[in-house]
Parts: sequence; structure tokens; C-alpha cells
Amino acid sequence: MPTVFTLRVNGTARSVRVEPATPLLYVLRNDLKLSGAKFGCGQSQCGACSVLIDGMERRSCVYPVGAVGKGTITTIEGLGTPQRPSALQRAFILEQACQCGYCSNGMIMAAQALLARNPKPSESEVKRALEGHLCRCGAHNRIVRAVLRASKGALP
Amino acid sequence: MTAALRNVSRRNVLKAGAGLVVGIAFAPLLAPAQGSETPLHLPGSLNGNRLLSAWLRVNSNGTVTVFTGKVELGQGIASALAQIAADELDVGYRRINMVTADTSLTPDEGFTAGSQSIEQSGTALRFACAEARQMLLAAAAARLGGQSGDLRVADGTISAPGGKHTTYWAVTTDAMLRREATAKARPKAAGEHTLIGQNLARRDIPPKFTGGAAYVQDLRLPGMVHARVGRPPVPRADLVSLDTAALKAMPGVIEVVRDGSFVAVVCEREEQAINALVALRELAVWSRPELPPTLIDTFDRPEPELQTQNSVVYEKTAPDAPIAVRQIEARYTRAFQLHASIGPSCAVAHDLDGKLTVWTHSQGVFALRSDIARALGMSPASVVCIHMEGAGCYGHNGADDAAFDAALLARAIPGRPVRVQWMRDDEFMWEPYGSAMSMKVGAGLGADGNIVDWRHELWSYPHARRPGGREGVNLLAAWYLAAPLQPAFPVDVPQPNGGSDRNAIPLYDFPNQKILKHYMPDAPLRTSSLRTLGAYANVFAIESLMDETCAAAGADPVEFRLRHLRDERARTVIESAARQSGWRPGALGDGGRGTGSTFRGRGIGFARYKNHACYCAVVAEVEVDRISGIVRVTRAWSAVDAGLAINPDGIANQIEGGMIQSASWTLKEALKVDRSGVHTKSWIDYPILRFSEVPAVEVEVIQRPTEDSLGVGEGAQGPTGAAIANAFAAATGRRLRDIPFLPERVKAALAPL
Repeated sequence: MPTVFTLRVNGTARSVRVEPATPLLYVLRNDLKLSGAKFGCGQSQCGACSVLIDGMERRSCVYPVGAVGKGTITTIEGLGTPQRPSALQRAFILEQACQCGYCSNGMIMAAQALLARNPKPSESEVKRALEGHLCRCGAHNRIVRAVLRASKGALP
Repeated sequence: MTAALRNVSRRNVLKAGAGLVVGIAFAPLLAPAQGSETPLHLPGSLNGNRLLSAWLRVNSNGTVTVFTGKVELGQGIASALAQIAADELDVGYRRINMVTADTSLTPDEGFTAGSQSIEQSGTALRFACAEARQMLLAAAAARLGGQSGDLRVADGTISAPGGKHTTYWAVTTDAMLRREATAKARPKAAGEHTLIGQNLARRDIPPKFTGGAAYVQDLRLPGMVHARVGRPPVPRADLVSLDTAALKAMPGVIEVVRDGSFVAVVCEREEQAINALVALRELAVWSRPELPPTLIDTFDRPEPELQTQNSVVYEKTAPDAPIAVRQIEARYTRAFQLHASIGPSCAVAHDLDGKLTVWTHSQGVFALRSDIARALGMSPASVVCIHMEGAGCYGHNGADDAAFDAALLARAIPGRPVRVQWMRDDEFMWEPYGSAMSMKVGAGLGADGNIVDWRHELWSYPHARRPGGREGVNLLAAWYLAAPLQPAFPVDVPQPNGGSDRNAIPLYDFPNQKILKHYMPDAPLRTSSLRTLGAYANVFAIESLMDETCAAAGADPVEFRLRHLRDERARTVIESAARQSGWRPGALGDGGRGTGSTFRGRGIGFARYKNHACYCAVVAEVEVDRISGIVRVTRAWSAVDAGLAINPDGIANQIEGGMIQSASWTLKEALKVDRSGVHTKSWIDYPILRFSEVPAVEVEVIQRPTEDSLGVGEGAQGPTGAAIANAFAAATGRRLRDIPFLPERVKAALAPL
């Protein structure tokens, strides 16, 4: 039965009327026009769809909208814009840390969650935090360098 | 930033072809065509798209619009081409607006494939922009007085010696560039470049990191509906029955479109389409044809026994060459492998008043348009294909097929844009695969320890089945319609690029060589272009046998390669990669000795991609766990020579990404398939390299300002696989000849140790 949900997304309350079982990913992308989270597998295997709910990384492709409740959702759009990227996004830009960039959303959101709980991670801690995220173009080392750069505040 | 830059003086560099046995003789010619009736041969893609206005427009508002038929795949090509145009025109990089492949706007440059974009589109743009610059200066000279040769340009502002000035934006006219290019204005010489050779930031990146709509998957049009296609459980299956009424009763279902064995659900909302697809898969009854045996079923036999078309790819004999005193021979194989892009294919199509517009991540929008028009019985003029980026593209993936799915559905639901998104299992089961291959390679060693004879025999399915042929329709859904259309006969890509035999001809100076091809056009599974086509497997085989022969000769692998190579640029990348890695002859690995749980070793691999694109050498360091059989690549070094490097960091990114992807192919990747069908459906079935498994990578880009730019996007795949194989042998004293190097194969190879 379609139900009205009021979601707190990137600091704004947004209402949608959908089936409670609808994966959050489709609500974000299709109803709220937030296309930063990507569909990659729909099975919580690749990480391209990651968002933060109350600061925790969640796979929105399998997360029912009905389970969000009062949770605070942060998507990549909530971090910064092309004109005003966040420090983390800027670090990714400086390291040119992608090829196709399709996995970047998940990488950045996982890094955001990591840096919130561990502002000075080691290289192996960064890799461990990203282990559940797949990249096919082979940008892994640049991604790790970007997260470390952001953690060191080594930004111009 | 791992790209180290080094300029190499020209003194060491042989004239192209002088030191090469093969490849160069077939290299694309830039010479003028013979006879005055035939039009002058113009450089790069300018030859097929001869109007200057097809390439650029200098706008009165202070911007330049540059058109390319090549597409952005995340390889940074749109940025690199903007960099070239800005440099040749002497305008700021930010003034350039790029328009990429669109059948209604841009030149037709064929496919964005084969690492050819800088060679083709970049060359065209260098000449077109140089000529436009000359024309703008002539117009400025007329306005300012004096000679155009005395004028200077800075960011589009043209200054005369006396201080008078004007701008491109003031002197440009609509008509100015509406004429055929002559290629008489020379592009800038080495040393005159201001932007070429700089590490400019890619322009496609900021939206990708901030959630900007960057991909065709993100396209949302007013009134758009969501579709999913119910594909058969196995190739060539027929849809026997389907309760479409039950599907139509589901929430949000607008239409169930069925044409023969092509069936799709079209819904108002995306999650409704996914739910309807799940129901469709349960309701549909399909025939279950058995897959014929494939090449991989013959890997345990010395000779594959399959229907093949046999041909000699290349043969060279030197009657005065020494006699071989020792023969080394081995057979190598490669599994079916996948593009396995992170984002499954997607397309949007809109049929409005008989005009069909398709947004697609295809690598070839003109070819796609041609096949779509043929399949739908439309004129190409009534079909527009517009490229938008998709997730990582490493060749002919599901993009064209998804586009045709969307086109079929848009025709069934005119007026509303239809978005088709393949699910993860659709992509794994229906993307065109990289062909399994088998290579039997032999070397004859002379008494002096040099190779005198070389034989390379390969078995392969097609590597080229893209749309755009003169006949047939190479679009998946077309073969399942009630009135099925036939695919084009898959012809192997001829040399000098080669398809199954790409890079099968070694670059080494072996006096006697024979390369044989057993091509199998009749493939049980659809195979097509995956990054490097046959080159990855052929280089793996050649470079593995080089090391096996080198071991028999008791030589060092670097020295042994150099001994057989006169091409100075080839030698330089091998020497550079070895030097970076701290290569120590005689100390390459444990050789299976020692009592620890881990063996370590290093190996080298080299190729010049297609024998006429970039040179690349890779050194890999591996650790082999003798208990688990797990091979890890811990570090890798590479040197690459792509001639004039437009954006060295872009090259480094391509090479390091290629090295990591190739390590993944080599260590982990194989399609799961048997007579009952394909069993690779999720990432569980097709693991790829993860962060903890990725090697540290260093890339040295050798800048050669006076040389032509060479394609680089696929340069690392072959050398990396080979370097890993050779490092494994150095580590363990045993050899793996079958890709991928799965733990069970490793344990079998180490068994008696």
C-alpha cells in the first residue's frame, strides 16, 4: 500500500508517497532527483548506491524506504557541489581519483563515514573501509590517496 | 601523482619502422593520395570528415565549440581533446566546449575503441585548429593591417606589433570555417606547446564526485517510463508461454511488450518494473536448449578439435639463420572473461512523431543508428543516437543492446520516453564476452642462446561483433523477435590491428616466424570486443614462452628481451621498467625454494600494443601462499612510451588502471559456463580485485615531444598479465599457463613441492 514518508535528506524534509518496501535508491534517484547514488547490483555487493543514514554507510539498493524512519539521510549531493566541493570531494578531484567515476559515490560516502569516526586513518584502515566497494577501472590507489589526502587536510 | 616524466632525446630513436619487423609496414599512411582527381589524404579523422566547421566553431561570445565523434568513457578523452584544441588555437582551456558523439551534431569517427582517439580525433583537431587559427589571423591582419605572420595570440586576443589588437571573437564569422580542410597549416612543433603535455584536470570529474547527473543512467525525461526486459535463461531459448494478463494486473504495469521471444515490462515506476520482472521470470516458460561445447572444454586436450577457419597470419623466413638446437613449446589458455562494468547497461529512447531519439553509452553512435534503423525498417535520418557516459566501458558491452531494447519499447509506446535499465544478472549473462583462447607457442633456440624460430598458433572466437556492418543486425533483442533478424557474419579484424591475432606477431627480431590462426566464427556464446581483443592472451603467451625459453638459455629475462629487440623505444621501456623496480639479474625470486609459507618473485612483460600503438613494459612482484594457493600482486612498475603525451597524468591513469584490471583478469576472472548455460549472475560468481588485493603501482610516462601521439588505453593489459605469470614462475619455479591463476590451479602446480 503506497504510504507517505517524510524523509530527512541532506538537511531538508522531503515527502514521498511510495510502497514501504521500495528501496531507498529509487526514491532518491527518481522521486527526489538525487542521482548521485548509483544502481550497480541491487544486491548490496558493489557499494555504488551507498548513502549515510545517521552517519552509517548503508546500501540504498536494498534499504527499504519504510525502514528509514526518523533517520537522517546524507547523500553525496549533501557533501558539496561542483562549484563548492567538500574537502573530501576536493581531495578526490585533486587526485583525479577515477576513470569512469561510477563507483565514486560509494567510495566517497564510505570515506566520509570512515573519516567521521576515524579522522586520521592509516592506509590499511582506508583500504579496509573500502574493501566492500568494487572499482572496475583500477582507480583504487588514487582513491586511497584521495582519502588520505583529505584526512591530512593536505588541500590547497 | 605517480606519473614520472622523462624526456628522451631523439638521438636514440630510430625512424619508425627501421627496427621493426612488422606492423609499421601496415601503419596508417598520411601521405597524399595519388593522382590529382582523388582528394588529398587528410590527417586522422579529418580525412573522412573534411569540413573545418565539422570540427570547430569559433563563437563571437568568446568560446570555442569543438566537435568530436569520439566519446567520453572516463578515459578523459574529451578533456584531452579540449587540451589539444586550446593549445593549437592559443585560447584558454576553459573557453572550449566539447560536443561528443551525436549523430545529429558531430563527425562520424566510427567507434571509440582500440586506443585510437588521440591518433584519429586528436590529429584531426590539431590540423583543423591550426588551420582555423591561420584563417582567424588572416582576418585579423586584414582588419589591423600588416602581415598575419607578425600577429601574436594569447587566449584569443590577437595583437599586432604596433599595439593594435582584436580578438578571435570579433573577427570570426559563421562562414569562415565552412570549407574543406587543406591540412596546409602545420600544427605547433614540439617546444611550442603551452597546454599539450600538461597535467590538466579532467572536466568530467567534478560532477562525478558531487552527484551531478553524469551518466545516461541519470537521465530523467518528463513522462518517462521504466522498463525491464525478461531475457531467456540460456542463449537461443524460445519463450514458450507467458501469462501476460497476470503481469498486466500488477501495480504500475503500463504494458507487457512481447514480440516472439523478446518480452519486457513497462511501468510507471522503476521499482514496479523490477517487481514485474521478478514475476515475469517466474511466469515465463522457456525452452532449454543445451549449449554446445566450447573451446574451454578442450583445454585439457593437446589440440582443440573444433570447426575452425585456418589461416597464416604472418610468416617470415631467413634461410641463412642458424639452426635451432633446442625446441621449447607450451600451450597457454585464457577463460571467457567479462567487461563486468560496475553499472549495468542502460538507455533511454523516445519515439515522437515518427522520430526516434536514443540516449546511449554506445561506443559507436553512428553504427548503432545504422543497425537500429535497419532492424526497425526506418530511415537512418529518422533515428538520432546521442552518446551519454555510462559506467566503465572496456569495449563492446551491453550498451548497444540496451539501446535497441529501449528503441523497441519506445516504438511500442510512442510519445513517452522509455528507460531500460539492465539488472546485474542481465549484464553478466548477456554482455558480449571476451573470447576464451588457446595459444600454442614454440621457440627454437640456436647454439648461441638466441631464438631463431618462433611459432604461434592460436584458437579463438570472434572479437568483433559490434553493430554497423553492411548487413545483418548485431543487436541482441533482434535475434529473439517473432520475425528474427540475423546477425552479421563475424569477420575477424584484419592485421595490422588484428582481432584474435592482435599482438600475435612478436615485436622481437626472430629470424623465422610463423603465426597461425584457427578462427571460430561459430561461437556457442556471443563474444566480442573486450579491451585489447586477442592481445592480452597473445602477449601473455608470447611473454611467458620468452621467459621459458630464457630459462632454458640460462639468461636474464630483461637481457634476453633486449638481445632480441632492435627497436630503441621498445628497449627503453623495458630498461626503464626494470630500473624502476630495482631489477637484479639472478635474484628474481625464491624459485620454489625455502621453507616459509610464502614464495616471492618478480617478472617482466612487454608489448607494443597492436605493434603500432604505445610501448609498455611492466614488472610485477608477486607473493604466492603455498598453503592457500592464493597469488597476490604486491607491487608493479610500468614504463610507457605513447609518443607525444597530451596529458601525462591521463596516460598514467589509463596505464595504472589497466595494470590493476589486468591483474584482476589474470588472478581471478573466468565466466562460469557449462552445457546448461551461463552461471555467472552476480559478483559472488565473478570476483574481481578488491582494495586489499590491489598492488602498489608506479607508472613512468616517457615524454617524446617530437613523436606522434600513440594510443595508450589498452597498452598495459598484455604486459601485466605476462609479468604476473613470469613473476609466479620466478617465485615458485613452476609455471601457470592457464588464465586465471585460481588457487586450485596454483595448488596443482605446486603439488609436488
